[in-house]
Amino acid sequence: MNRFAALFTRLDQTTKTTLKVAALADYLTEAPEDDRLWTIALLSGRRPKRTVTTGLLRTWAAERASIPLWLFEESYPIVGDLAETIALILPPPSHATDLSLSHWIGVIRGLSALDEPARKRAVLAAWDQMETTQRFVFNKLITGGFRMGVSQKLMTRALSKATGIDEPDLAHRLMGNWTPETQSFESLVLTPDPSADLSKPYPFYLAYQLDDPPDALGDPAQWAAEWKWDGIRGQLIVRQGQFHLWSRGEELITDRFPEFARAADHLPDGTVLDGELLAWKDGKPMPFNALQKRLGRKTVPKKLLAEAPVILRAYDLIEHGGEDIRQTPFIERRQRLETLVGSVPSDAPLRLSERIPFTDWSHLASLRQTSRDRHAEGLMLKRNDSPYRDGRKKGDWWKWKVDPLTIDAVMIYAQQGHGRRANLFTDFTFAVRDGENLVPFTKAYSGLTDAEFNRITAWVRKNTLERFGPVRRVRPEHVFEIAFEGIQKSPRHKSGVALRFPRMSRWRHDKPVSEANTLADLKDMLAAYG
Amino acid sequence: MADALLTFTDRGIHCPAGDFHIDPWRPVDRALITHGHADHARPGHARYLATAAAAPVMRHRLGDIHLETVRYGERIMFNDVAVSFHPAGHVPGSAQIRVERGGEIWVASGDYKLENDGLSEPFEPVRCHAFITESTFGLPVFKWKPQAETARALNAWWAANAANGQATILGAYALGKAQRLLSLLDPDIGPILTHGAVENTNAIMRAQGIALPDTTLVTPDLKPKDHPGALILATPSALGTPWARRFAPASSGFASGWMALRGVRRRRAADRGFVMSDHADWSGLNQAIRETGAERIFVTHGYTSIFSRWLADQGYDAAVVQTDFGGESLDGEDAA
Repeated sequence: MNRFAALFTRLDQTTKTTLKVAALADYLTEAPEDDRLWTIALLSGRRPKRTVTTGLLRTWAAERASIPLWLFEESYPIVGDLAETIALILPPPSHATDLSLSHWIGVIRGLSALDEPARKRAVLAAWDQMETTQRFVFNKLITGGFRMGVSQKLMTRALSKATGIDEPDLAHRLMGNWTPETQSFESLVLTPDPSADLSKPYPFYLAYQLDDPPDALGDPAQWAAEWKWDGIRGQLIVRQGQFHLWSRGEELITDRFPEFARAADHLPDGTVLDGELLAWKDGKPMPFNALQKRLGRKTVPKKLLAEAPVILRAYDLIEHGGEDIRQTPFIERRQRLETLVGSVPSDAPLRLSERIPFTDWSHLASLRQTSRDRHAEGLMLKRNDSPYRDGRKKGDWWKWKVDPLTIDAVMIYAQQGHGRRANLFTDFTFAVRDGENLVPFTKAYSGLTDAEFNRITAWVRKNTLERFGPVRRVRPEHVFEIAFEGIQKSPRHKSGVALRFPRMSRWRHDKPVSEANTLADLKDMLAAYG
Repeated sequence: MADALLTFTDRGIHCPAGDFHIDPWRPVDRALITHGHADHARPGHARYLATAAAAPVMRHRLGDIHLETVRYGERIMFNDVAVSFHPAGHVPGSAQIRVERGGEIWVASGDYKLENDGLSEPFEPVRCHAFITESTFGLPVFKWKPQAETARALNAWWAANAANGQATILGAYALGKAQRLLSLLDPDIGPILTHGAVENTNAIMRAQGIALPDTTLVTPDLKPKDHPGALILATPSALGTPWARRFAPASSGFASGWMALRGVRRRRAADRGFVMSDHADWSGLNQAIRETGAERIFVTHGYTSIFSRWLADQGYDAAVVQTDFGGESLDGEDAA
């Protein structure tokens, strides 16, 4: 694993994209094919299943390091990463070896067949033949939290460099339902057979956020507009009489949404639709957590199916009659889509995401203001002649979201972050005022600059009133503007509400706690937007 | 019960019988100073006592102070209290202060490390009944590699940068760490340039007879082009500033014990982090404490509560003491 650990170190030592791509391309050229394949798998989110609980790993590591478990547990939040804590705490290896990445993944996969004492022996034996970085990587693999600071996009670019195959082509080859057990580097990357995987999806084309008014986009006649729905992106595939449903996270979720069998019955073979999955009832979308419930279940009980039926609002057609039509202009794909969906009966869970006619940009801007009334998050803008690209590409597709809702809240709890944010207080709980009391209603982790996080960290250290494990209750003194995309009723929260995508949009140095918003304000927002 | 030999007050560590303080953070009449770092040697005391080797830096930093010096091991009496200074291995001139009265011995160790860095007087264990220890790196995740290994990695990085036509910018505390790094660099790789704060301390140490490789001070009119393959030794706060950017293209590095943690390393936005500290690591702290033979341990600056709980688990009579010492700062201030 030395070569893989060296790759990891090279990637870790730079923030420059070109150097990362070069390091990865070297590896994908030189490493044994099995290791290349596993590396591609890991970097596209295909991890070996977790075969040991982290609880056992902690216990074994503490025991091996001859320290009490409490000392391990105290060290963990300071390091901010479990795999790293274990790697650092263990004594040096008694005999370092250099076995391949694939070998160690094989060992990890094999653990599930062993009883606990044998698992322990295997893990201790592995630790005892690795240096710190190798151990860290091994622990990351075993705990299933593997990230290397390389996006799938960068990995694809590096693989393109290593193989000479075009990036979009590779991106497509790497999609779908494969694992290193079912594929070889040769069959996946070099000489793929397109008919081998009927469920293979296309890479999603992702829009950039539009921050400035759309006037800069030019002639409005060249653009199409749609509502931006607050569901999850889905790709519905119908091939050879079977249907497959993929989420944007490249997860095959067919079994969770059996209702789409009805839609698939009415779509011809060789059809791939791109659209938004929404829990939908009485002619309108249900709150996002209804959809979340459905996503959380591998199989769907009848009751839930009736409570939270799901539909696809289709906005694009990317395969038609078995032909990849991604290079066909959007406006033409759209016409074909409209014809296709028009022939599906209205009780099937498939609707068009309708186009919004508009005359000029200011007209569209005023329509955008009505988004929340239509249960939409804003607008999508698509250039009429745009191809269906892969990944996030600037220029042809834009999401133009409505401004977020905001509320001024008081920070009452703080907790240290993980990974890059270890040792910094970055995770906060916020409250609104309710008479003399402060009622917690949301957490938020993002939105501040590094300098602001440094500042608030120094403040938290000096203003801790109480500790509950890693959580500190702090002096209620700082007011932050919390921005969020939606608000819903939630019996699980003390405040009775749950926010969607909360983040800190501003540190309100100008506001004393007495001017923060109240629980009554929050309830008014729930009534208006919930 | 009689007063303890050393007590902990809001001014610092105090010896009532000898009427002196050790590394006090508020003005006192007589201050015994373990070493010249800003969190231990503060301004405003009437009289200072330190080792002869620590004196030049203290004079440089604190100006015209009333400073007397002692040799390591020399015995000085304050009333019926015998005081002596013993090497702490932290930076040149640093000391542990041994305090004895009627057969009872206490040691205030200031900051210390066990590895001989080749520059500081090597750490000497001092037998005592009560030991005051720091705990900057008092967690079992901190384990330093031998200095020679870090030196190899450092020189290899510099040589690779030089071969790539890049400058090398290394950030380290101006007092102690910078000179330790200097002594480890291989001057055959290229010229060594220094930031003003580093060069000031270099000059002081050279003047007191500490051998350091040749360095060139970076002045406003210095042209980076005239020094291809250079390594620039700067203070941590100079990394990423316009001062450092003029050396582009450059690779930047930072040397500190905190670089052992990946999260801190990544946040620091330097290209490379080298794990090197002038403080004891986990096994160093434990070994030092064991070798004092002390039963009572007072734990100051660092992971105080965790480390003292660990010591109590090991059978020591251990307690946490709040001080104003900073240890090796995570924020890159020159407090180490």
